[in-house]
Amino acid sequence: MANIMDIISSFAIPAFIFIVLVYGHLKGVNVYESFVEGAKEGFTTAVKVLPYMVAMFVAIGIFRASGSMGILVSFISPVTELLGVPAQILPLVIMRPISGIASTGILAEIFKVYGPDSFIGRVASTVMGSTETIFYTLSIYFGAVGIKKIRYTLWAALLAEIVGLIASVVVCTIVFGR
Amino acid sequence: MVNVIWILFILIGLVIAVFNGKVAEVTQAALDNAKYAVELCFGLIGVYALWLGLMRVAEEAGLVNKISKKMQGMMRFLFTDVPARHPAIGAMTMNIIANMLGLGNAATPLGIKAMKELQDLNPHKEEATDAMCMFLIINTSSVQLIPTTVVALRSAAGSSNPTEIIGTAFIATVCSTMAGIIAAKVLQRYY
Repeated sequence: MANIMDIISSFAIPAFIFIVLVYGHLKGVNVYESFVEGAKEGFTTAVKVLPYMVAMFVAIGIFRASGSMGILVSFISPVTELLGVPAQILPLVIMRPISGIASTGILAEIFKVYGPDSFIGRVASTVMGSTETIFYTLSIYFGAVGIKKIRYTLWAALLAEIVGLIASVVVCTIVFGR
Repeated sequence: MVNVIWILFILIGLVIAVFNGKVAEVTQAALDNAKYAVELCFGLIGVYALWLGLMRVAEEAGLVNKISKKMQGMMRFLFTDVPARHPAIGAMTMNIIANMLGLGNAATPLGIKAMKELQDLNPHKEEATDAMCMFLIINTSSVQLIPTTVVALRSAAGSSNPTEIIGTAFIATVCSTMAGIIAAKVLQRYY
């Protein structure tokens, strides 16, 4: 099973490229010209996203460098202990919805301190693998089309994240034991 | 909402920095991160160009419609306010498939394309539609089959079985996505 997963993950991108090009060619598409035409949008899309990226990265950088992140962790930990969530993964839980890059760094640090095969390491892996960055995704996607009123999107996304967190702890406890 | 959180991050950060005596660190972090964000964006141009190029080929070949048809029933349930044959359905379907395979870099340009298509259907250009909200909630709860980054990190950290968390992560991601979809369906009645 693990082998099949390995094969799938390493072949996904090349297989996608292969299938698209072969299928396009067989359907009579001028593959090269239509690729270049589509690729032109790449630059404008990246440039449009840039100011949103700068805004988010600067805000998070200030919050973290000031020590506010550490204070937030110490405030929330009594609540999460009631849910059975190991306090050691709290920095990851807080960072996960905010920044994919930063949370990847925190996960690597958790592995270094507790080991990837410890209960904490497994829960952290499951949380990281089952959730996504929320603020980044919302700012990029809504920003790209100029939406300002996002209605209930953030609340529903945060609820899904919390459900994913609790499910991670429960499933890891059942599958691996504490 | 993003506006409020953004301001809070910065203002709380600045005030706490003064109390913690970390004003210099905060200045440095702000400047470094601004620079890093730009570098990241420029790094994205190539990947965006590659995937948008491939998408155009797939589109012109009719591949998108073909894959979309297999997920049509589910997509109709999720996005009741989008016409079945609208290009947004194709882009959203491809984005969801790319996310499931863990092709994060592929998913993002597809997702932005989907948002542009959805914006064409939007009567109030600054306010998100139900379809946009549902699409982004599914995106952020990440229906991921293979958490490639985590497996790579675990392997690098010397795990005896780096892929053992694929199963647990899959179950957890199904739970979170279901919760997100239910929350979206309920909340769209009240907002």
